[in-house]
Amino acid sequence: MALRFEARGAASRAMVLGSPAIAVVLTLAASLVMFASLGTDPVRALQAFFIQPLSSERGVAELMVKATPLVLIALGLSMGFRANVWNIGAEGQLTLGALAGGGLALALYGHESPLLLPLMFAAGIAGGMAWAAIPAFLKTRFNTNEILTSLMLVYVAILLLSYLIHGPWRDPDGFNFPESRLFHDSARLPVLLQGTRLHIGWPIALALAATTWILLARHIIGFQVRVVGLAPAAASFAGFSRTRITWITLLAGGGAAGLAGVMEVAGPIGQIVPVISPGYGFTAIIVAFLGRLHPVGVVFAGLLMALTYLGGEYAQITMNLPNAVTGVFQGMLLFFLLASDILIRYRIRFVP
Amino acid sequence: MKGNKGMMNTMNRAIAACLLAAGLLAGPASAEPLKVGFVYVGPIGDHGWTYQHDQGRLAVEEAFGDQVETSYVESVPEGADADRVIAQLAETGHGLIFTTSFGYMNPTIRVAEMYPDVHFEHATGYKQADNVATYSARFYEGRHVAGLLAGSVTESNVIGYIASFPIPEVVRGINAAFLAARSVNPDVSFKIVWVSTWFDPGKEGDAAKALIDQGADVILQHTDSPAALQVAQDRGVWAVGQASDMTAFGADAHLVSVVNNWAAYYVRRVQAALDGSWGTSDTWGGFGANMLLLSAYNEAIPADVVEMAEAARAAIAEGSLHPFAGPIHDQEGNLLVAEGEVADDGMLLGMSVYVEGIDATLPQ
Repeated sequence: MALRFEARGAASRAMVLGSPAIAVVLTLAASLVMFASLGTDPVRALQAFFIQPLSSERGVAELMVKATPLVLIALGLSMGFRANVWNIGAEGQLTLGALAGGGLALALYGHESPLLLPLMFAAGIAGGMAWAAIPAFLKTRFNTNEILTSLMLVYVAILLLSYLIHGPWRDPDGFNFPESRLFHDSARLPVLLQGTRLHIGWPIALALAATTWILLARHIIGFQVRVVGLAPAAASFAGFSRTRITWITLLAGGGAAGLAGVMEVAGPIGQIVPVISPGYGFTAIIVAFLGRLHPVGVVFAGLLMALTYLGGEYAQITMNLPNAVTGVFQGMLLFFLLASDILIRYRIRFVP
Repeated sequence: MKGNKGMMNTMNRAIAACLLAAGLLAGPASAEPLKVGFVYVGPIGDHGWTYQHDQGRLAVEEAFGDQVETSYVESVPEGADADRVIAQLAETGHGLIFTTSFGYMNPTIRVAEMYPDVHFEHATGYKQADNVATYSARFYEGRHVAGLLAGSVTESNVIGYIASFPIPEVVRGINAAFLAARSVNPDVSFKIVWVSTWFDPGKEGDAAKALIDQGADVILQHTDSPAALQVAQDRGVWAVGQASDMTAFGADAHLVSVVNNWAAYYVRRVQAALDGSWGTSDTWGGFGANMLLLSAYNEAIPADVVEMAEAARAAIAEGSLHPFAGPIHDQEGNLLVAEGEVADDGMLLGMSVYVEGIDATLPQ
């Protein structure tokens, strides 16, 4: 008896949704083996990883705080990925968003006004878009590979942040340490739930997910994005402009990442620091694919990915497990997802 | 649920502390163990900064046995994540929490406001609160000794310095080492490479190679990995180990390591938390407080040089020698410390100019 992969006539819709579920189950199964081999009680470890972080109101709030930037960025990226526009530089666009919005907060330090936050949001979105416009211009004008240009601009953005924070934006009362002063109250995101850090970023991310869903499913732009991605030749016959779609998706991705950046500095961080994001722009790529490039999927994938961070910390605190467990977890999840994706186009047959 | 349990723990401890104070309770064994949490910026296997903090944690376990339970979270980014990790430790019943990197300063202060019954200790920062103490080591004292050794053994009179970020801590270290090296060798000059990282063995190793190519025959570093020492070993030049005893990474090249010793401080503070005498404070200790140690010297160093270095260490420890004793001028010739005086702590903490004689520009 043998196993054989057989091509399906058409991609299986059930498997598009089923493969992430299979990946999660396989990851859990493999992690049981991993925990057992580390000499810890696997059931207790899984409980520390997935149950404990969510066992309090504060824990659930923290999950949403952590998921907010991941979901926002992944929403923007998934638009581009659908159209075969590969923006790998969300980390840099996030940084520029944080600098534009945070810079405005510093420039207007002490000005108490309800308009400040909306202005910072606008600046953050514009900052992210401006950074994404560079690869968009190079791609549409010179046909430069956007993977390379967007990625390289990440390093430029981080150096720019480093320059500002070690120089002109340094806290004047901060003993020359590379941090800006703490933003004043008007420049901080309102907290939704007293005693937690849950801020308005999460509802904004959910609203954006709903908007993206409608855009992709019902609007002509969404249709064009999908056609350009799936069948470029058909798209050009239909007169859809690839240039236009490249611009739209890169600007959307950059804007969303920029918004995530300004909400990080105006929300949980409260100032500009040398490391604003622990790699959200890159993790969001995994989130986008884990969520099947679908807005609803992205929300759940963002929450799941956030949970692996929180769980990793709990596993360290309560089980003395190493931090590397978090990375192994995320790696297994992506590995099993990519492996399960073969079931979308192939079915397994037993051959006697 | 957990919040209530945490509160009960705190209450139990408070009651136990009162009973202890009243002499009604004999042994500590009857109290629940004090949970002590540590937040680390790097992995415990970095053989530098975080490794030494973790050695301190192990010393606490060793000293108090069943009276304490310790836990740690490693590689915690210094951004939005720090608040959450610190709060998780407070939430899981930790009564004393050490946050061991500068970037945790504002997060520690924020979380401490929410958990007034938990004691916090933040390393290398400058903000205190009723339940937040700060502590750091006078690393510049160790760099004085490193500078003396470097100035004495160099033949090319060029000393390479691998620096991380242009913050006062690092600038102070460069100045301390330079002043000491000049005091024993007026011809010495420093070449400084900024690598913009605390821990990146690849970059640190490359910086060491570049410095040696430019004629440096002693490498000093203000970064955390042993990579520069390994390069020095390969290329046959000297180097000074950072934060932990790095002898094993290049025994021939290794002049000495300046070792951060958090163990004594951690044991003292845990003791204070256990017997209820913990209060906020600002500790900045060096050789005298045993917060800095020196590893064994390389046997190839001439005996008189070792003797001089040891004498300097002892004099700093007893307070008769200060690495920043005047007159000291900055590069523009402005007087920083007058003759007959020593730099006060405020000036040391904000130091952001090179001293006279360093032929380099401080990046801004």
